[in-house]
Amino acid sequence: MADMKFTKEHEWIAVDGDVGTVGISEYAQEQLGDVVFVEVPDVGKSFNRGDEAAVVESVKAASEVYAPVDGEIVEVNSGLEDAPGTVNEDALGGGWFFKIRINDASQLDELMDKAAYDAYTAELD
Amino acid sequence: MAGTITGNKGLQQEEALIFEQNSPGRSGVDLPAPDAVASRLGDAARTAPIGLPGLSEPQVVRHYLRISQKNYAIDAGMYPLGSCTMKHNPRLNEKMARLPGFADIHPLQPESTVQGALALINECARWLTTLTGMPGVAMSPAAGAHGELTGLMTIRAALEDQGGPRKRVLVPESAHGTNPASAHMCGYTVEAIPADETGRVDLAALKDRIDDDVAAIMITNPNTCGLFEGDMKNMSDAIHAAGGYVYCDGANFNAIVGRVRPGDLGIDSMHLNLHKTFSTPHGGGGPGAGPVALSEALVPYAPLPYVVAGEDGFHLVEHADNADGKPYGRMKGFHGQFGVFVRALAYMMSMGADGLRQASGDAVLNANYLLAALEDDLSLPYPGPCMHEVLFDDHFLKDTGVTTLDFAKAMIDEGVHPMTMYFPLVVHGALLMEPTETESKAALDGFVRMIKGLASEAKAGNTELFSEAPRHTPRRRLDETTAARSPVLRWRPGPD
Repeated sequence: MADMKFTKEHEWIAVDGDVGTVGISEYAQEQLGDVVFVEVPDVGKSFNRGDEAAVVESVKAASEVYAPVDGEIVEVNSGLEDAPGTVNEDALGGGWFFKIRINDASQLDELMDKAAYDAYTAELD
Repeated sequence: MAGTITGNKGLQQEEALIFEQNSPGRSGVDLPAPDAVASRLGDAARTAPIGLPGLSEPQVVRHYLRISQKNYAIDAGMYPLGSCTMKHNPRLNEKMARLPGFADIHPLQPESTVQGALALINECARWLTTLTGMPGVAMSPAAGAHGELTGLMTIRAALEDQGGPRKRVLVPESAHGTNPASAHMCGYTVEAIPADETGRVDLAALKDRIDDDVAAIMITNPNTCGLFEGDMKNMSDAIHAAGGYVYCDGANFNAIVGRVRPGDLGIDSMHLNLHKTFSTPHGGGGPGAGPVALSEALVPYAPLPYVVAGEDGFHLVEHADNADGKPYGRMKGFHGQFGVFVRALAYMMSMGADGLRQASGDAVLNANYLLAALEDDLSLPYPGPCMHEVLFDDHFLKDTGVTTLDFAKAMIDEGVHPMTMYFPLVVHGALLMEPTETESKAALDGFVRMIKGLASEAKAGNTELFSEAPRHTPRRRLDETTAARSPVLRWRPGPD
């Protein structure tokens, strides 16, 4: 958890070497309510930071999941297709969406750490 | 609540599926057996039963009457569904649409035999161009989102003619939810423009995003917060200066008819939901229609077909060879939703210009009446006055354990169709109410009493009233999650 970083759009990224695992935050899953559909990107696809990389749909709304950094998709959590509820049950763990090979690690510095993100979401309510 | 022996609740009958009422061999008609004929079907003859249920005529009549009685419609009561303009559908419209000269014609009839119908399309278009202050209108689009796509394709055609289609379309957060989808379908990248603290487009943020790669902005005015975009002309000027076009989502036109001409605001393309603003049935009640008004710059690219008035009568231009401009093709089979044109024109002509102007004024007045009556009980994210719809958020429910969804379900128990919920996304737990000009002061007062009552129950901690709602409907709250995750789309015979 220590090196988990957050975006203003409520994605998290946990970095291991040059690969980051990306999902949506606890706050985001709570706001969405029961997730009923997840669409993950194709492996090998490249994104710029801020591009729509995945889609998450709940009983309330459909939202985009944006790439938190520039990079190439190296693995996706295809299990979410059959069990989208995992995003609700374990947003920061088993509910991860994709793994992205990070092009420019300095982009991570612009993201929030957990304390800053918690302060940010507290203000949203 | 004690149940009944039958499961019926008074006049509310517990109704089995029509397939569950099947008595094989039973039929509503008794036809004599045909004289011996030799079948010419050969191998194509059906070998298995067709699977239709056997019922008598009274069974069928009762079945459909009973399920129709479970429906809620604008004819049954107030329907404050924000951004949907669920106004009364005058019966005169229906009478006109049933005239044989309109109802019994076919789109493939020779032009000379349908001059009245072509005159009607032309006249309906004339009213729409007058009300919008825009020189042309493509009548064929079938509904709002189809109109959005038509408008964007027209913009794209114009840009391609000037050298390239460009890449991006700007869509404010306060715009309708279908706008980004339409832009995406038309091959554009969508960029969201944030709202400012008053709930309107952030003009500075918009100007920052405009460059020669922007094809268009898609704006909804009044926007989905029920607010008029006062900077509209400045936004249009900024887009035009960069060579782009302005698309306006006309779903909220009911707020400004007869008062604001969109053409004067620099709008290049705008769909008109005839089924909202011009009183033709929608929801379960019938097809919509989404004619698209076009500025002078876009008229040459309008899709086919369109009606032109000549010295020898009306003609339908159906082929690019006969067109003056550069149409990019056709958006729909035949000529549009003709029956809807008849109803919309009947509405416009019976209201008259003064009546249309009064209707928009009354619609805005009614929404502001709700705003003023409810602002102390609910919570208002942006200060009024509003336009034809009023937006509340869920701060008044904070710490009550009741959500916007629960609140809406409790409204169903009170016999009213809930407002639009959780949209727009720019506020938390949105409740968007659009009473339209249809409702009287007495009806609005009844609605206000009900909302105030529910709000005070929620604040008093009577959460079961909400968490268990709806309690008085034929079926209780549906399990939306399981319905979406594991949908059962087809009934099958036999035990579960």
